[in-house]
Amino acid sequence: MKIGAVTFPGTLDDSDTIRAIEAAGADAVALWHGDADLRGVDAVILPGGFSYGDYLRAGAIARFAPVMDVIIDAAHKGMPVLGICNGFQVLCEAGLLPGALLRNAGLHFVCRDQWLKVENNTTAWTTRFEKDAEIIIPVKNMDGRFTASKSTVDELEGEGRVVFRYVGTNPNGSLDDIAGISDPTGRIVGLMPHPEHAIDALTGPSDDGLGLFLSLLDSVVTA
Amino acid sequence: MARVVVDVMPKPEILDPQGQAVARALPRLGFEGVSDVRQGKHFELEVDDSVDDETLAKIAEGFLSNPVVEDFVVRRVDS
Repeated sequence: MKIGAVTFPGTLDDSDTIRAIEAAGADAVALWHGDADLRGVDAVILPGGFSYGDYLRAGAIARFAPVMDVIIDAAHKGMPVLGICNGFQVLCEAGLLPGALLRNAGLHFVCRDQWLKVENNTTAWTTRFEKDAEIIIPVKNMDGRFTASKSTVDELEGEGRVVFRYVGTNPNGSLDDIAGISDPTGRIVGLMPHPEHAIDALTGPSDDGLGLFLSLLDSVVTA
Repeated sequence: MARVVVDVMPKPEILDPQGQAVARALPRLGFEGVSDVRQGKHFELEVDDSVDDETLAKIAEGFLSNPVVEDFVVRRVDS
């Protein structure tokens, strides 16, 4: 099993993402933004950071990188994709997920451990969690306020596509406390908080984040 | 060559905390009478005469703005 982690100029969390993929027992493959080649991976993760300095809008320029053309194509054919933080922003800009992520309502960069509820445990990235499980992983962003039209939010809620919801405090003013969503198939998931920073208790608040990576392994093996 | 200006603004229903922060700062700085501020982006493009309005609209809608949350206006400016 091979899982790719993409590095754009300004990506920060590719190393932790690769570490998390390996901790889950898969082979991590480093993918470069300028290469239109997925090197035979079974799934792709877009890590967090500040691709292209967040110029124009977070994720707006990364969305046009050569590697994104092949990722968008493969995603449409069913390849699982996870976008974390800036990666979530890139997926929204690319139209693989609906909505947009805007400046935090409080205007501060927020960096803290955050409780989330796993509301959908049937996506390719969340089967290892109990439904409504509460997990704690770090959140760290400037532009994390999920925003979409009312009809889009109603559709997401109605179809169970709100995968993660903030519990306790909402760190950024996201509509409906939305922290992460999926596409209609459940194979494409994006979330603002960082599961790759919570894979062992020595370096994170928990090992709750590992569940996303293990879930993906299950889904690819059984697919 | 022509100069084209593209103004991008958050849609009216979208919360604009940056604009609000500017509005709240004004009375503190001694400026009264400004009830609201919305913050957007202003782009100036130098374009060849061969670039038509349809292409400019594609640039504005597909890249300079995010139609999910922003509106845009494209206008040619006499140079």
